[in-house]
Amino acid sequence: MTETDFLSLSPFLILALAPIIIMIVISIYRNYEVVFGFSVLSIVAAIVSIVFILPVIPHSIAPLFLVDRYSLFFITIILISALLVIFLSYDYLKQLDGIREEYYIILFTSTLGASLLAVANHFILFFLGIETLTLSLYILIAFEKTKDSSIEAGIKYLVLASVSSAFLLFGMGLIYITFGSMQFSVLEIAIRHLNQLPLLFIFGVGMMLVGIGFKLALVPFHMWTPDVYQGAPAPVSSYIATVSKGAVMAVFIRFFFNIRGFDNQSIFIVISGIAVLSMFVGNLLAIQQKNIKRLLAYSSIANMGYLIIILLTGSDKGIQAAIFYLITYFITTIGAFGVISLLSTKELEAENIEEYRGLFWKKPWIAIVMTFCLLSLAGIPITAGFIAKFYLILEGMKAGLWILIFSMIINSVIGLYYYLRVITSMFSVANENLLPSVSVLGKVTLAFVTISILVLGVYPGWLIDFIVKYAIL
Amino acid sequence: MILIYLILILLAGALLAWISGNLNHVLPRVITLVTLIVDLVWLIIYLLQTVAFSNKWLIDVQHHWILQFGIGVHFALDGLSLLMLLLTFFLGIISVLISWKEINSRVGFFHFNLLLILAGIVGVFLSLDLFLFYFFWELMLVPMYFLIGIWGHENRTKAAYKFFLYTQASGLLMFISILALYFVHGNSTGIYTFDYIQLLGTHMSASTGLLIMSGFLAAFLVKLPVVPLHNWLPDAHTEAPTAGSLILAALLLKTGAYGLLRFIVPLFPIASSSFAPIGMILGVIGILYGAKLAFAQTDLKRLIAYTSVSHMGFVILGVFSFNELAYQGVVIQMIAHGISTGALFIMAGQLSERIHTRDINKMGGLWEKAPFMGAIGLIFSMASLGLPGLGNFIAELLILLGAFKSNVLMSVLACIGLIAATLYSLRILQKVFYGVKNTDWKMNDLSIREKTIAVSLVIVIAGLGFYPQPVFNIAKPALLKTLDEHNEKTQLNSENLKVETDLKSKLYFYK
Repeated sequence: MTETDFLSLSPFLILALAPIIIMIVISIYRNYEVVFGFSVLSIVAAIVSIVFILPVIPHSIAPLFLVDRYSLFFITIILISALLVIFLSYDYLKQLDGIREEYYIILFTSTLGASLLAVANHFILFFLGIETLTLSLYILIAFEKTKDSSIEAGIKYLVLASVSSAFLLFGMGLIYITFGSMQFSVLEIAIRHLNQLPLLFIFGVGMMLVGIGFKLALVPFHMWTPDVYQGAPAPVSSYIATVSKGAVMAVFIRFFFNIRGFDNQSIFIVISGIAVLSMFVGNLLAIQQKNIKRLLAYSSIANMGYLIIILLTGSDKGIQAAIFYLITYFITTIGAFGVISLLSTKELEAENIEEYRGLFWKKPWIAIVMTFCLLSLAGIPITAGFIAKFYLILEGMKAGLWILIFSMIINSVIGLYYYLRVITSMFSVANENLLPSVSVLGKVTLAFVTISILVLGVYPGWLIDFIVKYAIL
Repeated sequence: MILIYLILILLAGALLAWISGNLNHVLPRVITLVTLIVDLVWLIIYLLQTVAFSNKWLIDVQHHWILQFGIGVHFALDGLSLLMLLLTFFLGIISVLISWKEINSRVGFFHFNLLLILAGIVGVFLSLDLFLFYFFWELMLVPMYFLIGIWGHENRTKAAYKFFLYTQASGLLMFISILALYFVHGNSTGIYTFDYIQLLGTHMSASTGLLIMSGFLAAFLVKLPVVPLHNWLPDAHTEAPTAGSLILAALLLKTGAYGLLRFIVPLFPIASSSFAPIGMILGVIGILYGAKLAFAQTDLKRLIAYTSVSHMGFVILGVFSFNELAYQGVVIQMIAHGISTGALFIMAGQLSERIHTRDINKMGGLWEKAPFMGAIGLIFSMASLGLPGLGNFIAELLILLGAFKSNVLMSVLACIGLIAATLYSLRILQKVFYGVKNTDWKMNDLSIREKTIAVSLVIVIAGLGFYPQPVFNIAKPALLKTLDEHNEKTQLNSENLKVETDLKSKLYFYK
């Protein structure tokens, strides 16, 4: 390993070292604030280290790693999201009894797994990353040991994720026996000269789609989503919805564009079908939900359905649109779950829509944050979600994906209905339940989220510039 | 820059009103009132300084916004948008005044929403960038949703939903069309832009034009509304608070009409010409069906809401007549309907404030109790049925004359609407102010505030009726420009067709 190798892996080294240090610290002196502060510092250090890598990219550590602009961009998004989740976790965990410092250790290992996915250029690292991520997530989901629903969600995720991993491995194996390589760039070269893809290879991609579809919660691999979102602690739900899905999306986009999956007729049809199904199933099932965490779970299914449209455009601009969409989706989802976690108390998770009745008249600022998040998810102007949806539709139309775009439009209207339901209840007459007071840290995080939503909604040009410059495969 | 300031003032006023709502209940009202008066006065001063209205834009402001997609902040003002702005600010002031006593809860947030809606409407009337236009088009929805959903009557939630979903669904279709137009223009010229001026001359095949236009039509016809798509309107108008009904009827519906004139006619000359017969039929159906339903209602606000459907039928009839006479009529109709229907909604609001019902069967004989209100009701019912001397008469007459030029049958059928209008207007008077006293209501006549509102509305509607010439003068260049844009293309098209058929016949001849 050369010096450059070490330098380009510095975010990973920081992410790997931090949990070890926390473990040592805990064994000497257990203090919640200290662990929290150290976690924040480590994430910030990892983000800062990216600045120093910039001069040496693209840098490939053969055969596993490929550190380029694209991966660094994704790592930055992942780390910032993780930081926001840590901020929101502070209050949520503080009120819990028993040990809670370990939460941050697990959060680091899962973030490490997520970041590895962004640099993966090889099936081995792909699998390694995904397993590191999911293994940590089981623990995070079941972190509230005293709650049955939390344990149940953890076990559900454990069982289903293992099955999906098996599919993923099987698919990788099939591709390996076809071309004799597990490296994306080698596969790309091997495929380039073929007129027709071998059947075994397509089958392998199909198998991998099952595994990836599970992680992204696409229909028909979505069954776990509502239960896990509901059972997991609210900050963890936001983590699954953002970091976990974003990282899988990062590696999936890279893999899919390397093998040029959009050129193959059958893969194209399968992905289109999954996209349309995800949109409709997600949105239609969300309408009936009375639990806001389940509602957001179904909404995330639909959102991933919108997002994978972009795989089929097969253009760099499409990837840029996808990244813009992911960023806004991250911000809004963290905002929405942030509101839930800040309003939750030890006894009661604020998850029934009924509990949000009249929120605007009791805690106007929190309700405004939630309103902006929901409007952004619905894609209403002056929010970031509108620009993101516009970008996606624009690129989709450019590629001539009319059916997908129209089903996206229909679904936007369906989606609007249930987002409005939550908003309506927040603005209707108040009932007499007591709400916990919100800490300064929580307020600052929510303020940051809301301002980002507004800024990206009104003046998105700079971010698009930034994406165009840095997020290129 | 004045155009951007007009909107920014409204937005700043909105925020101030909201914040001041925490202090007391009067401050937000005053702030909103001042905001609107500043805007109105500024615009009037500008109007007085403008010597001549030419076919150029009076003011044209252009800035970059999202450069990557060719989106700009492009506002421009011509006679048509100027008139619409005057109407918006005037009725904005009225709507603050009528809510003075009606709205007592969450006053700050109410006025925040009110100003935000008005900002959205002003934006729609000024935007010359299609993306920006859509932005403002959608911006009006959320605050209007809150206005209906929070301060409305019994079934407010359902009405608010219906309003939002109808407009949003049709708006998204328009959005797709905007993007399609963007691509069609970009592919043929290499310039990808949302700018209205540049998109004006886009070449497209007849079928493409028709497809793209249908998306725009969906949005405008739902807003207008045209009969099969009018379902949201009676609910929204009935359940909204008085100020909400006023803004919905007098301003929001006008954005649909404005969209037809500003976008459909010049952007899709050929497609809109081929759609004209259907458009006129829809107009006539709207006139007659709206009138019939209005006659059958017992809820006063619902009745007035259906008269809107009928009156807006005239607008679409006029728009698809493609001549100056009809277009002048459309402009007057937009203003006159805004004033007269707005006034009727205000009256309905005042009645239900006093006797807590909107059921006209429970009213009757109210003239004795409130003669001033009765007189105002009489004037605006007469306006609604198109009595000469009031604005609506000029409007409907011009539209019918214009429509007669292009389609005699439709014009004749539309005339029946005038009779129907007489029926429902007289029914309002009969049931509410004349007839037998059903219950002994205790009610006061109009207060000084309400009298001021009513008198100012009467002055405007009578002014329009007796001396509409200034409005004609202001609107004329803008309307002619629209028509030129339209006719140029259609003539070119028909000439091409003619040349083609000539060639064909010659070829046939030589064979």
